[in-house]
Amino acid sequence: MTQGSVITDEMKKAIGVESEPTIVLIEKEPIRRFAEAIGDPNPVYHDEEYAKKLGYRSIIAPPGYHPQYSYPIKRGGREGPRFRMPFARNLNGGNEYEFFEPIQAGDVLSITNRLGDIYERDGRMGKMLFTISETVFRNQKSETVLIMRGTGISY
Amino acid sequence: MAEQRYWEDIEVGADIPALAKNATPRQLVMWAGASGDYYEIHYDKDFALKNMLPGIIVHGALKGAWLGQLLSDWVGDKGRIKKYGCSYRGMDVPGDNISGKGTVTKKYVDGKDHIIEADIWLENGKGEKTTPGTAIVVFPSRK
Repeated sequence: MTQGSVITDEMKKAIGVESEPTIVLIEKEPIRRFAEAIGDPNPVYHDEEYAKKLGYRSIIAPPGYHPQYSYPIKRGGREGPRFRMPFARNLNGGNEYEFFEPIQAGDVLSITNRLGDIYERDGRMGKMLFTISETVFRNQKSETVLIMRGTGISY
Repeated sequence: MAEQRYWEDIEVGADIPALAKNATPRQLVMWAGASGDYYEIHYDKDFALKNMLPGIIVHGALKGAWLGQLLSDWVGDKGRIKKYGCSYRGMDVPGDNISGKGTVTKKYVDGKDHIIEADIWLENGKGEKTTPGTAIVVFPSRK
């Protein structure tokens, strides 16, 4: 059973367009809260002295840390170009993290996001829309520290 | 922290030391607050049921972060993760015994980096792989 495509011209135009940067200051307390929510007692996320002994300026963020959700100094178009979604229900289909430099407390990150691709499938819960996004994190020295890719599923 | 492992000691086919997790609804609420993902399917059962889900489910990104913990515990303070990713194929629910696991698939040197590649995954209490993925990590060398 196939219904018409739910992919609109608006969505197609959004592919590849980079958002305005969101600027975030990485702070210690959100890192510690994040590590606690994972259930990760590694002292490098909690104890500044321990982290400094390893050569970091301060505690570092655990893998999987999502600094784009921090309260930003400046909010850009953090989800990239807007378009109307045909479905209200969403699932996270997958994540990929590519690390270049550790994210340390005190870093000021510039975060941009772009929609990489959008496609649809007929799934067990009906028509499903897949969006592939790429988020790039650059630090105060303009070094790329992290690239995060995500697959969103709407149904 | 656990003892530091070195590249020379890691063999293809070896297992990554497992990580045990069992999320309570409280942990999902903590994750919601820490990550900023307040989607109700993770703490509001009525909302989850209306979304054709079996009940509240564990956040995908939390499962991804557990795989990050599996890897960072394994590589230790002197190692680092270059890249990892996973697919949230199956839903996980609070109260289930979830294990993070992995197996080494490749071992090589790339420039200065002593690299190990691995298949990684989370499995639920029934042993089903709900969250398969892959990882590329760097271990320190004894040389």
